[in-house]
Amino acid sequence: MLDSGTSGWRNRLMLGLLLAPALVWLFALIVLPHLDLALLSFRERIAPREYRLSLAQYRIFFSEPLYWHIFVRTAALSALATLLTLLIAFPVAWTIAKLARGRASSLLFVVCLIPFWVSETVRTLGWMILLRESGVLPGLLVKLGITDVPVELLYRDGTILVGLVYTSLLFMVVPLVSSLESLDNALIEAAYNLGGNGWSVLRQIVIPHAAPGITAGCIVVFMLTLGNYLTPNLLGGKNSQWFTEQIYAQFIIRFNWEQGAAFGFLLLLLSTTMVWLGLKLSGQRFGEVMRRA
Amino acid sequence: MTTPDLEACAVVKRFGAHTAVDALSFSVARGSFFSILGPSGCGKTTLLRMIAGFIAPDDGDIRIGGRSMHGVAPNRRPVNMVFQQLALFPMMSVGENVAFGLARRGVARAERLKKSEVMLERVGLGGAGHKRVDELSGGQRQRVAIARSLVLEPTLLLLDEPLGALDLKLREHMKIELKQLQAAFGTTFVYITHDQSEALVLSDHVGVMSQGRFEQLGTPQELYYAPATPFVAAFVGANNRIAGRAVGVARGIVELETKTGWTIHARANGPIQPGESVEAFVRPEAASLGRDAAELPAGQPAYAGEVESLLFDGANSAVLLRESRTRLEFRIALPQTGRFADLRVGEVVQFSFDPERAVCFAAPAAAHA
Repeated sequence: MLDSGTSGWRNRLMLGLLLAPALVWLFALIVLPHLDLALLSFRERIAPREYRLSLAQYRIFFSEPLYWHIFVRTAALSALATLLTLLIAFPVAWTIAKLARGRASSLLFVVCLIPFWVSETVRTLGWMILLRESGVLPGLLVKLGITDVPVELLYRDGTILVGLVYTSLLFMVVPLVSSLESLDNALIEAAYNLGGNGWSVLRQIVIPHAAPGITAGCIVVFMLTLGNYLTPNLLGGKNSQWFTEQIYAQFIIRFNWEQGAAFGFLLLLLSTTMVWLGLKLSGQRFGEVMRRA
Repeated sequence: MTTPDLEACAVVKRFGAHTAVDALSFSVARGSFFSILGPSGCGKTTLLRMIAGFIAPDDGDIRIGGRSMHGVAPNRRPVNMVFQQLALFPMMSVGENVAFGLARRGVARAERLKKSEVMLERVGLGGAGHKRVDELSGGQRQRVAIARSLVLEPTLLLLDEPLGALDLKLREHMKIELKQLQAAFGTTFVYITHDQSEALVLSDHVGVMSQGRFEQLGTPQELYYAPATPFVAAFVGANNRIAGRAVGVARGIVELETKTGWTIHARANGPIQPGESVEAFVRPEAASLGRDAAELPAGQPAYAGEVESLLFDGANSAVLLRESRTRLEFRIALPQTGRFADLRVGEVVQFSFDPERAVCFAAPAAAHA
């Protein structure tokens, strides 16, 4: 006979051991650095090796229009990229979940996954090969007589958006597929039977049902886009003005860790606020949405 | 004569090599309750989905209210459907569910609310409009699904085995309720089911379907008392099936001898030649039971049988016998008088049946190869 006290204790030990890697990771790599960054962001250097507690780093952000401008621009472009990703991913997810059957459905899924077998850097460089002035697409435009001389398609906001949407697509498709798959086809048929048309079925049946999946996809894509460094930097060049580049510049180029830490926290605050706002606007609960994601 | 609400003219639907609906023609009169009864896979769901417009027939035409439905989209047909799993919209309240179709027709909001409330009242759910769908019981959901369709005043209401998901007690109750609702609204109902009791209780007319065709189309009484084919005789109601060879035919009565040598008499359905393979069907309630041959009705051939088991089920109680000589199984309904309440397993009893109330068919060739 097993002593229940001993087995309870052993179960707890087992659980603790299984969770240990995750807990260490969470504490050592997320909580500790953030605490340190928080302390950094609230101090100001007054002399070599001499610091004092201050809000100066945050004051600079609000008083310097460039920082403020880049911050808002990053948020707006990220929101736009999220919206575009949703609009492109929805028909894809619908096809995978509702139209394709069996093998075709899994094949389509794999097609969405394939770009992720290549590293993000290589993928982005691929876009550069296509879009740069001496690249494939400008050459094609000249050949077709649409433009007289090759145009530089890199370093534009549109280019950044293309790259961001491309990188994010899968993260939108996955939660959308899972939420659309759970939609009973009879509901769609019933709506048609009662006189609904494509638009009203989408608006009143499909979107309300898929809302947790849509919200989950949007949250993930928005956070990935907002925190993306590589894609805006490579495709947008100096014009990209992405907020992560400002953080990088403060930490690495200007060696102003205090300022960089403050920027980092502002970005965290921004993504938290946007997620909260998204949940409020769509009337979703965080737990439900995260289960979908 | 008024135009029937539903007419099918030689409707065909094939899926690859399989013919799901095979040149089916029938019509349903205005205000009647029509059932399509058949085992699963007989094509009844395909037929219903063609009437609703979810799939198009390969050939033939479906006319609703005298108008051909060829090329008419499901949302433009004067037809509403109650789905098997009901398909109520979980993202909407009960009232919104009922008002959905009205909103799609552009009925103003105030009018919509009033109409859906009146409709909910009529199905006995007054004041439930604000409730969520998952707050309702199975029977209440059923009524919402019907209200949601009937509020649009369709020419035709299609019902796709709507009672299948309910438990037995509720199913019995909803059967009565459906019949009353149909009588109260006067809408033409087309009901599909594999449950013969649902079809018999509810319908004015029943089409018994098998392998994409109607085996028989008639009133429940006709199906029960005068089955046209062996399939109908076996599928509708309980029946004793006795297969054998016709040894003689006289004045419409076939003398049938089973392989094991039991001889019975049954009314011939269609031309039967002596020597042919045949099968006879005898209803359990058509046979009489007696402890002594003198108790049986005079003039009927009597047989002896041993009680194998007693199937007590209140008013539907029956006894399963083995004919003494051939050990063939025979089921007889027990009379309501309680005269045989003390019957024991192993007891030998006498039984007989009127040959006019037993029916004999030429056996399908494949069944007796």
